[in-house]
Order: sequence, then structure tokens, then C-alpha cells
Amino acid sequence: MILLSSLINGLSLGSIYALIALGYTMVYGIAKMLNFAHGDIIMVGAYVAFFASFSFGLPAIVCIILAIVACVLLGVIIEGLAYKPLRQAPSLSVLITAIGVSYLLQNSSQLLFGSATKIFPSLLGNGSFKFFDGKLSVPYLTILTIVVCVLIIIVLQWFINHTETGRCMRACSEDKGAAQLMGINVNRTISATFAIGSGLAAVAAILLCSMYPSISPTLGSMPGIKAFTAAVFGGIGSIPGAFLGGLLLGLIETFSNVFISAQLSDAIVFTVLIVVLLVKPTGILGKKISEKV
Amino acid sequence: MNNQESILSVKGLGIDFGGLTAVNKFNIEVGKTDIYGLIGPNGAGKTTVFNMLTKVYTPSRGTIIFDSKDTSKMNSIDVNKAGIARTFQNIRLFANQSVLDNVLVGMHNSYTYSAFDAIIRSPKFKREEQANRKKAMELLEIFDLAHSADVPAKSLPYGAQRRLEIARALASSPKLLLLDEPAAGMNPVETEELMNTIRFIRDKFQIAILLIEHDMKLVMGVCEKITVLNFGQVLVTGTPDEVQNNPEVIKAYIGD
Repeated sequence: MILLSSLINGLSLGSIYALIALGYTMVYGIAKMLNFAHGDIIMVGAYVAFFASFSFGLPAIVCIILAIVACVLLGVIIEGLAYKPLRQAPSLSVLITAIGVSYLLQNSSQLLFGSATKIFPSLLGNGSFKFFDGKLSVPYLTILTIVVCVLIIIVLQWFINHTETGRCMRACSEDKGAAQLMGINVNRTISATFAIGSGLAAVAAILLCSMYPSISPTLGSMPGIKAFTAAVFGGIGSIPGAFLGGLLLGLIETFSNVFISAQLSDAIVFTVLIVVLLVKPTGILGKKISEKV
Repeated sequence: MNNQESILSVKGLGIDFGGLTAVNKFNIEVGKTDIYGLIGPNGAGKTTVFNMLTKVYTPSRGTIIFDSKDTSKMNSIDVNKAGIARTFQNIRLFANQSVLDNVLVGMHNSYTYSAFDAIIRSPKFKREEQANRKKAMELLEIFDLAHSADVPAKSLPYGAQRRLEIARALASSPKLLLLDEPAAGMNPVETEELMNTIRFIRDKFQIAILLIEHDMKLVMGVCEKITVLNFGQVLVTGTPDEVQNNPEVIKAYIGD
């Protein structure tokens, strides 16, 4: 029974990592940069939902939509102000800028909202399914998380492969110069990528904070790092890779938490990452980069 | 061809890279349905001219009038919208995308549906996708690529990749097609086919074609007018016969 419940919890935690990892992997795939401020977008999404619900008493669905809209706008604004001017700059400059943006968001929210932990309202409802005469209890939220994540992945994968915007994104990811000469607005495509990634971060924020209902200005950093790990694990730049990486990471973390040691679970997660990267440096589903001679 | 209106009129075009003047005082008049050759020894600045026409580079001097519009100040996206499409000397297909998707990307400008239309799969989305797919398949048919529409572009043989680049460029319904060394790496049979294709494109789509090529058989066989570039400057402009017999040209290619 504990095995089954760990499996479900792991998949649910992994789904959240997968949603966040999508943001990392899409931005990396298309803009070729690591957006280390992505984790902090989650934090902003959580605070927006918190204040919408706690201070204004808005209904749950409105809080969720507000959080998504706020994160999408924030993502696009950050991209336009901080990253777009650095399009031709060395990737190290962009990386440092992203870390800077991350600290800016964390510290601004500390200033605005205070550093004290706040209790996230339960927007998605409590209650649980009971199986095996109540021996196994699975919260609705856990199932909802997995379902939402799978749906999003399917829609996103379809969107990337079968729509005009998706084709432009793939074209920009392969060759920005050629894409531009085909009339594709590369800047707008990158903005769209940030918008999608940040919107998904908001969804992840709601799910994450409903699962662990305490929020603070640094809440995004650990899930952010783990989701980044998941993206690398699965093969950065690959959407199915982010999904797979997220799920595996969630499972490994939950299982080592339950069966080995709660203190060591993070260490085990990152050890597995190191081993995977030693064996397969491009990640599980990563493309082999072949150099032309 | 002075008996027809020109689609492209370039005057005094020049570009400097630091202290080096790569192209200077470049003039060209291309008629609406001309097949026009741009030739010259290696490093003469031919591709640089293409890059200025498509605004990969911003010219330091000169004017480009295309289809009665001044494109000198436009960016490359607007130049593409205005109707100039190109291929590349070293093939630059979207290698991991399917052959069909490459052509659909080329049709970028003919899409009007929004991302929202796509998500809800609105009638507009379905209509446009269907119409564009049909058009793309017709183009692939012309270039004998329809049977491999769903394979990744990188898995095509070399000659087919070159044809796909032309198909992708034509997908934007251009008025001027720039071909950068279309015959590079092709064998004589493929080159012969390419010559027929170039004539066919002009006749079917009624567009102008400006091409850079080293294969003299192709250039002399298919071009109606030729400009020879040497050290970034126009050496001579004329018909294939005039160019072939010009002592300056022979000197530029072979030396004294």
C-alpha cells in the first residue's frame, strides 16, 4: 500500500516538476538561454493567487486566472527588458542577467510582502478518494495535478507540432537567421515562448502551493532548481524529455524520501542526475549534437 | 532586358566591414521575369550582395528599389514580406523539421490565425491549415518531393535538400527569388535538371530569378543577363555572349 501511495505521490510531485521544467526547456530550446528567474515566476504566481484570494476574497477560478495572467505578463516583460537587449551578447552575460533577475524578484517580494511565511488558501478543494476499504487515501488534488499535467503536455506537444506558432518556434530553435529570412519575427516568437513557459509556471505554482500550502519569497528557488535538473535529466530542449525528467525526478525523490531517508532524498536525486549525465551527457531524450566536419 | 519593367533596381550599393570595402558602387537592374546571373571569382562579394538585398547586412551606401518600394531601410522580415525570398550557399533547412513543415514555415506570411484560434481549433484555423497544406504539397509535387513530405529534411539526399530550399523560398510567393549557388555539389545530370527547373519556375510563377553560380554551363545556359563582380565592383554587365567574350572577364577569372 505504501508503495502504491508513494508511486501516486511521486507522479504528482513529478508532474509539478514537469510543468516547471517545460518553461526551462522551451526557453532553452528556442532562445538558447537558461532562464534562472523561472523559479521565481512561480513565487510571483503564488503570491498573486494568495492576495487575490486572501485580501480580495475572489473565487478560486478568478485567482487562478489572475495568477496565470500576471505570470505571462511578467515573463514577457522580463524577456523584453532584461534578455532581449542581450540577444547578441555572449551566453554568459545572459546567464548572469537571469540570476540577477531572480534575486531582483526574490528581494522585491521580500520588500513588498515581507519575509514571513504565509499560509496558501486551499483553492482546489480538499477531500480524497478512498481505495481498498480506506486503506489507501488519495487526495483529489494529487489526481488533479497528474491529470492537468498530462493534458498540458499533450496540448503543448500538439501546439508545437501542428500550428503555425509552433512551427515558427521550431524554426527559430534550429536556425534563427534562416527563420528571420523566411519572414518570421524571431523576437515575437521568443516572447511567445516566455509567455507559455510563465503561464505554465503559474499553473505549477497553484498546484505546488496547494500541495505544500506555505509561501515565502524564496519558495520558487528549490522547485526551480529541481525542475531545471529535471529538464537536463530528460534532455534540455525536448518537451517529452522535460515530462519524463520531471516524473522520474518526482518518483526518485518521493521513493528515497519514504524508503531511504528524508534528509538524504535531495542528495540522492542529484546523485542520480550526475550518474545519468555521466552515462548520457545529453540527457535521456536529448538529441546528440553532431559536429560537422 | 530593357523592354520590360524592372522589379529590382539597385544603385551605388556598397558596404564596409571596418576599413574593408567589401562591395562598392554596385548597380543592377532586374526585369520582372528575368533570369539573371551574378558571377565572379571567389571573394568577389556576390553573397554579400545577396545579404544586403535580404538585409542580413545593412548597406553602408546606395539604394535598393524593389517593386517600386525603397527596401534600403527595411529589416529582413519586411523584405521577405515585400517579396524577396532566397536560398543559401550552404544549405540552411530546418533539418529536424519535416519536409512539409519546412515549406509551411516558408508560407509564414500567409497565415492569419491566432494562437487562440489554434488552441480551440476554430474553423479559421482548420481552413488555413488545410489550404496551406494543399498549396505546400503542390509545391513539393513540382520539386518531386511529395513522396517524402513527412521525413525530416536532414534525411533527404543532398540534391533533394537543394530543391527543398527552393520550394521553401517559393512558398512565400516571392516576386524575386535569390538562388545562392543552387548547383553547388550537384552532378552534371542534376545540374541539367536544375536548369530546367529554373526556367520552369520563371514560366510558371512569372517571377524574376537572380542567381549566383560558379557552374558556367548553368549560368551561360539559363541566364538572359549577367553581371560580373570582381573585388566588390561591377566588372561588366551584358548577355552571356558579351560576357563570355569580354577580355576583362577572362582576365579576372584566369589572370594575366
